Amino acid sequence: MIEATGLTKRYGATLAVDDLSFTVPPGQVTGFLGPNGAGKSTTMRMILGLDAPTAGSVTVNGRPYAEYRRPLHEVGALLDARAVHGGRSAYDHLLCLALSNGIGRARVDHVLAQVGLHSVAGKRSGGFSLGMAQRLGIAAALLGDPRVLMFDEPVNGLDPEGVLWIRSLVKLLAAEGRTVFLSSHLMSEMAITADRLVIIGNGRLIRETTVEDFLGSGLDNFVRVRSPRGDVLTTLLEEQGAVVVRQPDNTLSITGSSCDTVGELARANGLTLQELSAHQPTLEQRYMELTRDSVGYHTADGTELTPVER
Amino acid sequence: MDAVARPRISHGPLPSFTDVLRSELSKLRSVRSTYWTLVAVVCNVGLAALGAIFVPGQLSGHEKETVDPIRLSLGGIHLSQVAFAVLGVLVISSEYSTGMIRTTLSAVPQRRRVLAAKAAVFTVTALVVGMLASFAAYFVFQAFLSDASLRSSIGDPGVLRAVAGGGLFLTVLGLFGLGLGAIIRGSVGAIAAVLGLLFVPPIVAQLLPSSWRDTIGPYLPMHAGSQIFALRHEAGMLGAWSGFAVFCAYAVVTLGAGFVLINRRDA
Repeated sequence: MIEATGLTKRYGATLAVDDLSFTVPPGQVTGFLGPNGAGKSTTMRMILGLDAPTAGSVTVNGRPYAEYRRPLHEVGALLDARAVHGGRSAYDHLLCLALSNGIGRARVDHVLAQVGLHSVAGKRSGGFSLGMAQRLGIAAALLGDPRVLMFDEPVNGLDPEGVLWIRSLVKLLAAEGRTVFLSSHLMSEMAITADRLVIIGNGRLIRETTVEDFLGSGLDNFVRVRSPRGDVLTTLLEEQGAVVVRQPDNTLSITGSSCDTVGELARANGLTLQELSAHQPTLEQRYMELTRDSVGYHTADGTELTPVER
Repeated sequence: MDAVARPRISHGPLPSFTDVLRSELSKLRSVRSTYWTLVAVVCNVGLAALGAIFVPGQLSGHEKETVDPIRLSLGGIHLSQVAFAVLGVLVISSEYSTGMIRTTLSAVPQRRRVLAAKAAVFTVTALVVGMLASFAAYFVFQAFLSDASLRSSIGDPGVLRAVAGGGLFLTVLGLFGLGLGAIIRGSVGAIAAVLGLLFVPPIVAQLLPSSWRDTIGPYLPMHAGSQIFALRHEAGMLGAWSGFAVFCAYAVVTLGAGFVLINRRDA
């Protein structure tokens, strides 16, 4: 369980994180979503006690992180896969971490095997591909067999096989009852992996919800209809209070109604329907709508620039 | 995957400094830069042998009486001091330049304990290697010496102190570097700082009026620190131990600043 209360971080004139409160419960994968520069990494650093909040607080399983004597047993984190001493072998990197928390060598071998790096354990990590470095970072996070796991953009730069591996790993970890907190700027990734969402923009909380609710809510679910008697149907629907928009392709987009209602109405009035379907915007569309105002960098045509996150 | 509800020892009452020490020792042991200091040992010994063979023939009778035979035998320190200063810096700055420091401080949130463990592990390592370099150089110098007038015995007054002083100087110099590394955090800047503070002030002092030079000269890091490995007291300089105390003070001040800053700044 991670609980943030009024978390705020100011760098000079920039408010990187602004009065952010959220909860990450155990047994689920919680996606931490926001455009680049929204404050995700800063928030994660504050959770780990690396950056001090300007205001507010955050606890992990009820305590501030810095109070833990051997925190690797409580929280495993992957912030930046490249943040290792490249001259040290994968095994030695993990051993140094393990020793600091009283973890034995057998566990180092275990996690190396678990992430599939056993054969390159003696190789200097500076020569690793990004995918291998990500695996090493995840091995480090798993070292203490912690109840809370936190990964910052874990699928960035991974090949499809690596992406699949991460997805199944985080789901497995959550199914074991662990708290899993996963950041990404890609809604599509979260839609597949996460159960819950904490969405931020410009350092502020936009929405804390489940993936299901996020998709199901909203008035913009609509019914699409194609009919030779569209004009008649429109009149009938509008009498019932639905909002009908005629699209350029001569289909009708109907909000405030349902497939059942439209179908029944057509049958009762003897109207032919050539198409009747329910639509909901994708997670991605909905996310874009939500964060449109808080994206840090817009290009001239309105698309978002995606600078590389630290 | 192991069971989640395994009993834990994550917040025992007594934090284990030994764990952090073992971790830091393992870090020092597992990177190449540590072994560069062994190159310093080879340099020391090699230069001592060269000095023993070639220097006596170039000295006049008067020079042979006034030259400091221990300084001559420890001539390799001019090179090995660079290795020790750089290693001291890298012990901490390499973690900041690679980003490893965030992993380290997530594993051990008690930051001062991390810095203390780094300093302790470095001190022991540097003392062992520094003493080895110093004593090896001294004995090789004696073995290759062609001129009996420069010969000395380790039992002669001040000789043991001066030879051991070479190891002490290298160790404290490395700690001075470690302190600067903790303050500056970037490897390049911190290496420039420690070498700059070592080599530049004596040159600048030459440009000052002589009264100023005589006042501050003895207290410059290089001048104060090098007295401990000199057999003969140079005029106007501090004594062996008082000079060494001043040199230690430089290391203490920078390390102290490092201890204050590491808790205040974001990692």
